[in-house]
Amino acid sequence: MITITVRRATAVAVPLLAGLLLAGCADDKTAAAPGDTTGPVAVKATDSECALSRGEVKSGTSTFSVSNGGSKVTEFYVYAEGDRVMGEVENIGPGLKRDLIVELPTGKYQAVCKPGMIGDGIRGDLNVTGAAAAQIDEDTALKQATESYQRYVNSQAIALEQKTTEFVQAVKGGDVAKAKELFPVSRTYWERIEPVAESFGDLDPKIDARVNDVEPGTEWTGYHRIEQALWEKNTTTGMEKYADQLLVDVKTVVAKAKVVKLNPLQLANGAKELLDEVATGKVTGEEDRYSHTDLWDFQANVEGSQAAVQALRPALQQRDAALVTTLDTNFKAVFAALDKYRVGDGFKPYTATEAEKKQLGAVVDALAEPVSKVAGVIAKK
Amino acid sequence: MTERKGVSRRGLLGAAGAAVATGVAGYAAHSALSGEESQAADTTGPVEFHGAHQAGIVTPAQDRLHFATFDVTATKRDAVVSLLKEWTAAAALMTAGRDIGQYGAVNGPGEAPPEDTGEAVGLPPARLTLTIGFGPSFLVDAKGNDRFGLKSRRPPALVDLPHFIGDNLDPNRSGGDIAVQACSDDPQVAVHAIRNLARIGFGTTVVRYSQLGFGRTSSTSRAQTTPRNLFGFKDGTNNLKLEDTAKLEEQLWVQPEDGPDWMVGGSYLVSRRIRMTIEIWDRTSLGEQEQIIGRGKGTGAPLGKADEFDPIDFTAKNADGEPKLAMDSHVRLAHPQFNKGAELLRRGYNFVDGSDGLGRLDAGLFFLAYQRDPRKQFIPIQQQLARTDTMNEYIRHVGSGIFACPAGVPAGSFWGEKLFA
Repeated sequence: MITITVRRATAVAVPLLAGLLLAGCADDKTAAAPGDTTGPVAVKATDSECALSRGEVKSGTSTFSVSNGGSKVTEFYVYAEGDRVMGEVENIGPGLKRDLIVELPTGKYQAVCKPGMIGDGIRGDLNVTGAAAAQIDEDTALKQATESYQRYVNSQAIALEQKTTEFVQAVKGGDVAKAKELFPVSRTYWERIEPVAESFGDLDPKIDARVNDVEPGTEWTGYHRIEQALWEKNTTTGMEKYADQLLVDVKTVVAKAKVVKLNPLQLANGAKELLDEVATGKVTGEEDRYSHTDLWDFQANVEGSQAAVQALRPALQQRDAALVTTLDTNFKAVFAALDKYRVGDGFKPYTATEAEKKQLGAVVDALAEPVSKVAGVIAKK
Repeated sequence: MTERKGVSRRGLLGAAGAAVATGVAGYAAHSALSGEESQAADTTGPVEFHGAHQAGIVTPAQDRLHFATFDVTATKRDAVVSLLKEWTAAAALMTAGRDIGQYGAVNGPGEAPPEDTGEAVGLPPARLTLTIGFGPSFLVDAKGNDRFGLKSRRPPALVDLPHFIGDNLDPNRSGGDIAVQACSDDPQVAVHAIRNLARIGFGTTVVRYSQLGFGRTSSTSRAQTTPRNLFGFKDGTNNLKLEDTAKLEEQLWVQPEDGPDWMVGGSYLVSRRIRMTIEIWDRTSLGEQEQIIGRGKGTGAPLGKADEFDPIDFTAKNADGEPKLAMDSHVRLAHPQFNKGAELLRRGYNFVDGSDGLGRLDAGLFFLAYQRDPRKQFIPIQQQLARTDTMNEYIRHVGSGIFACPAGVPAGSFWGEKLFA
């Protein structure tokens, strides 16, 4: 399967891009040779590098052909200032090649590979040359924000389905070690878009309820039901039906998420809700109480929050530049605090002391307060 | 609650924006109060925020306390200064009984979180005072680093408190870079103030700990009656009072010759969370309780005297030749006569923070004392008490702090401006 994310500047560009998109799928183009100034940019992603065949493209639509020559699952992003996601490809397994087709106005960007999916990633500069990008008005900026974030939700949803499928296969195949490895990974995609998933009624409790969230008389299902068996009893026995149900429920969420229509206020409030999740469930260690993989969810919530906030960035920049600066600084601070707990491609089991929890709580509060202001700024006429 | 004087929060919501700009300098004109003493009787009105000294020190002690200390997480001096400016503007509004921010609690846009948290809407100013102090760790961190370029401004009197015999301090209830003492006659007004300051501080400060006090244990004015602590005794009879103006200069306010400049007109605050084992105390006979304190439990009079304010006779003896006031009684050991004349302005509060899990109330006294120089006042007094006070069998010091509280904030200035000058 090829995951393609497209950034469109305006609705007018859709037919044209749709054509390119098809071409990208059908031809599976090989990368242009070095020295070319047009054509797809080849991205050689390994566990330690993220090499672009050229660091400069012309403004307009570009294709990045990402091949993963490493041993870890990787992701590829094109970021504008503030890690605003211009386009991304998720879940590129070892040996796979995926295309990203993205429209980039003139400016400076970063091309980022994230082997192992966690952390800042391996970053390189990407220059987009051409006529200066036209100033867009605020309404256009807001419209682009929702479109861009919807594409983010879409690609997360696709990866969620892929990784949950793998997780479910491991559970049903009785592979405890593999299931344990995939548990936090598949949840990463869930946690990044949780507010969107939560908006689909009763699916969230079925997929993500903790044992104490379940109403008497209702069966406890979902990720955490399986988590308990994996970590408490070190088994997958008896989990097959929960695994099947999980995949059914996740597929329903994914189908809805792919067509969800959001408005800018929902982005802003979603960004805030993701941080509320962190403050109430992750910092305390309640989320993944058996596996102690809370920090994966923590990081994913913050990434999701950042994706929503940064989608709004051009509009925010016009209305409250100081707030943008604060948001940038405080997002960085949270990721820096999380980095202290990283080990290999993941995180240490979350068994932090009260003092460590207080420190993490403080950086989250410091971020959540300005993020809570975004909705008001966006709503201002 | 009686009908309050002055203005209601709700009535002022529309004016809040203007108040930020003017720093509520004009507020005094609204006040129907003529002086500090009338404030003791009127429990609803405002206390002027601006002035030569910070309010909340000699202000007749209000009934309720919310005390909090904050640790600064920001590393930039500018961030701290901005916060202090924001805090000052908010403090001026809240002490005047107003919502904070441009729109306040309920008049802002529906999509944004309200600027003011709202639980004080409709409540009077309730004599809210907000008093700030800076701890040693604000000026120099534990490794001796000069955090904000203020190391050289550390007053010699702002020492780290020594270990006192019997101290059993919880680091999570001790210290702090900045302390804010909120006192009010309405507990919700005090909590509202600390809550909103904490909120403004996110990203620059974190709350280190906070303490509620439900009843004052000191009078700071002769117009006030002496309250009782949780031992059931009148406390603070001999306290420094706002009417003792000459003594306040001598004992309370930092004088020009003391320096540094930024502290002149200010005072040093020592806070001690003193847990009382009240269950044990309650099994102690009345006679022994009175001997331990050195006063009658009913009248509050020194033992051997009839009235609370009768002078203490330390030489009086019983028929058996023993002193009427035991040598290790609290009143004797704490008295200026046995402490080289040192006195304190005490402003403590009773607390009960739920229970301790062992079937006992987590109760005690949150001791707050202001003074001109802790090296000559709190420290020697406490050293003597810690060594010999019989009361130690019933108390344990579990939290501690020392803070330099600068002089008052003139209109247009902000908390700590002189420190950062």
